[in-house]
Amino acid sequence: MIELVSVDDIFRLFMKAAFVENLALVFFLGMCTFIAISKDVKTAFGLAVAVIAVQAITVPANNLIDYYLLRPGAISDTIDLSFLRLISFIGVIAAIVQILEMVLEKYVPALFNALGIFLPLITVNCAILGGSLFMIERSYNFIESTVYGIGSGFGWGMAIVILAAIREKLKYSDVPPGLRGLGITFVTIGLIALGFLAFSGI
Amino acid sequence: MSSQKKSLGKILFGPILDNNPIALQILGICSALAVTTKMDKSLTMAIAVTLVTAVSSAAIASIRQYIPGSIRIIVQMTVIASMVIVVDQFLKAFLYDVSKELSVFVGLIITNCIVMGRAEGFAMSNNTQDSFWDGIGNGLGYSLVLMVIAVFRELFGSWSLFGYQLVSDEFKREFAQGLMLQSPSAFFLIGLFIWILRTAKPAQIEKA
Repeated sequence: MIELVSVDDIFRLFMKAAFVENLALVFFLGMCTFIAISKDVKTAFGLAVAVIAVQAITVPANNLIDYYLLRPGAISDTIDLSFLRLISFIGVIAAIVQILEMVLEKYVPALFNALGIFLPLITVNCAILGGSLFMIERSYNFIESTVYGIGSGFGWGMAIVILAAIREKLKYSDVPPGLRGLGITFVTIGLIALGFLAFSGI
Repeated sequence: MSSQKKSLGKILFGPILDNNPIALQILGICSALAVTTKMDKSLTMAIAVTLVTAVSSAAIASIRQYIPGSIRIIVQMTVIASMVIVVDQFLKAFLYDVSKELSVFVGLIITNCIVMGRAEGFAMSNNTQDSFWDGIGNGLGYSLVLMVIAVFRELFGSWSLFGYQLVSDEFKREFAQGLMLQSPSAFFLIGLFIWILRTAKPAQIEKA
């Protein structure tokens, strides 16, 4: 099942996942957390690291589960369990987040304290489930899905850090009353997304 | 049970303008904006989300006394995921083209915060019937935002509504705004929608 992928392809896939098809700015995934946790750079950075880590583990893990259990013909030729994808992926994600939380608490307490509150949030983050579903839709193999997981997590994390940096400055500006808070945040995200459109030429 | 009993009308219509899940509670924007480039796609998505919210809220409310507090999130998620699988299989069977276009976004209803939010925030403490109507109401509030944005994006992006082209091909070539079909326009439109809603209802303005 592990087919060799050239370094060139890996680089291209990473750039595509992180910039051209940015999960947050092009596919609107993970918006709830994206807006709620982007008020200052430090917490946004913590969340970004957590998302990259979880995405890099869950996408390849779901790839293995799909390959050996769920895809049509995986167990035997007559069994097609692909309708169970949604429910098993969300289960895998919830389990991995839980395990990651326990491992970090035991071995890397400093990192656990920094990420602690964000890890449970990640289970219901659409970017994570979206990453796994895109992996299925585009039928990536194991190596490609690892690269895709890291790349898309990196893109999402970068977008939230950029937004948090802008919102920190925005606090000091005079925004029209109706646009204050949520409204201006959407307009800001729109402008960042406009900037990211430039990458679609690559 | 909440002490003040809300009337059915309030449960059903409250979330549409006064307490809109997208504009006020910042819920459920995640999975759905990408589908607003066309009206038929967004209508399918809106109906799917409304149904999933209503039925899963009702189901969770009916078993709420038996769910242990410590694992309630997982139980809620399983109920919601089962509902979404039913919707997904239904779309694949009867509306294959639309389901192909919606691609991963039907599955992403599972992580749509509206569904989870209503299950956790309303269904866990109210009876089955109220929870059902609360789900429908929140689904409608979400549908309203989705359809408003879809009208603008499809109209100015490809000069058609529900796939029917409204103008001549030459006019379309000349004036179609490609940007409206790209992601930034959806963010701007939601920003504007919130601005208009909050100007009309100043009580919703956030304190600086």
